[in-house]
Amino acid sequence: MTADEPRSMTADELRALVLRVLGNIAPEADLARLAPDVSFREQLDLDSMDFLNFAIALHEALHVDIPEADYARIATLDGCVEYLGARTHPEGSAGS
Amino acid sequence: MPRLGADMEAGTLVAWRKQPGEHVARGEIVAEVETDKGLIEVEIFISGTIARILVAPGEKVPVGTVLALIDEDAVPAAAAMDAEAATRAAGPPGAAAAGLTARVAAAAVPAAPPSPPPAPGAVRLRVSPAARARAAELGVDLAAIAGSGPEGAVTRADVERAAATRAAAAPGGEVPAAAERVAGEEPAAAERVARMRQAIGAAMARSKREIPHYYLATTIDLGRATSWLASENLSRPVSDRLLSGVLLLKAVALALRATPELNGVWQEGRAMPSPDIHLGVAIALRGGGLITPALHYADRQSLEALMRSFRDLVTRARTGALRSSELTDATITVTSLGEQGVESVFGVIYPPQLAIVGFGKVVERPWISAGAVVARPLVTATLSADHRASDGHRGARFLAAVDRLLQEPERL
Repeated sequence: MTADEPRSMTADELRALVLRVLGNIAPEADLARLAPDVSFREQLDLDSMDFLNFAIALHEALHVDIPEADYARIATLDGCVEYLGARTHPEGSAGS
Repeated sequence: MPRLGADMEAGTLVAWRKQPGEHVARGEIVAEVETDKGLIEVEIFISGTIARILVAPGEKVPVGTVLALIDEDAVPAAAAMDAEAATRAAGPPGAAAAGLTARVAAAAVPAAPPSPPPAPGAVRLRVSPAARARAAELGVDLAAIAGSGPEGAVTRADVERAAATRAAAAPGGEVPAAAERVAGEEPAAAERVARMRQAIGAAMARSKREIPHYYLATTIDLGRATSWLASENLSRPVSDRLLSGVLLLKAVALALRATPELNGVWQEGRAMPSPDIHLGVAIALRGGGLITPALHYADRQSLEALMRSFRDLVTRARTGALRSSELTDATITVTSLGEQGVESVFGVIYPPQLAIVGFGKVVERPWISAGAVVARPLVTATLSADHRASDGHRGARFLAAVDRLLQEPERL
């Protein structure tokens, strides 16, 4: 791990981060009403450019590069928090 | 006031980015104008020194109104031409536009006044249109707000927070006033959307009234393009990844080189093909409406460069910082409704352009390849074109070229 890597975040912190990023992409959305287990792509009407910007913002905040193949796993709020949790706390890993 | 698209009648001058006495170079941003399409940065089409500003921030003026006087750099012969350009800009819709007029530099123009200290408003603030409107309603100073949006942009939430903080700090009187204004917020947003709908309606009605459209469609096998893109993106960091839409845009731009009668504008009773290819890309705005700003010189940009320009354009279209040239330069429009799940879209030509290209959703379907049935990602590409400028034969050649180009994605 590099020195400038952010400290590990709790699930609540990750959730807050994801919501903040989504809020920047869809400023008019009422995120309090977001169903956490349904694709937010549908709920917030995000297109592929929005979704790419979402992935880029997560990368900038967490230094986690999300491959395209994993996009389906970060499409819901719950799924995204879980995925990011696993990627930022790699079990038994010496670093990334 | 430049005409930023066929459907614009008036605009509100929001801020001057340059002050009297300042020198401006052709292409520089000199002012910000609020239109039905959001906040637009107005570029100057000549080089010179700003002599006088004639329209103050906050004023709404019709298209063609002179916004400022400029002492042009010492090229007297060109001045007449520029004056003519200014007249033309104010005239027919869609002509190259900039609402500033030139004054002959050699004429006895009083020396430009000394440059005043830059006004606070001259500093570029990144503010979403919704935030700007809200700030005006609530009387909040945008310059005093630290933005929390992308690249420090001030969002509507920031404005409301600032207003709430101010209201809380102020003696009781302020609070009900702010609360009253909250009730007025929805009509303002609804009104903006209604105005935009009206503008789109006017342009499209004119198109359908004046342009004899013909329509073509073809199915394109995107198998090679999709697998090339997937492997390409695998080796790229997320910030450098390409969207499949960029491949389609590049293929369209390259195919247009061979069919100039689809690329340009209809003016004074005839087609004026453009030597440059500026793709207008239809971008849906959150909250309703759409805008079709131009990706300049799309055929000459690498996929990487085109992706960066495209991403930048979409971001600015949605945060309200497009430039005037982006609203006036498009030589053709490309619309893609694939993300909405429809398989084909036949667009209505945006006057005075000559054609519009449409892409639907990429769908996996059975396809015959070398005598065998295989599953392939397919897309329906369509062309709506002006029959006064071209005919179906040429249009068909264009779509065939787009298909051919997409079969060799590595060469795009």
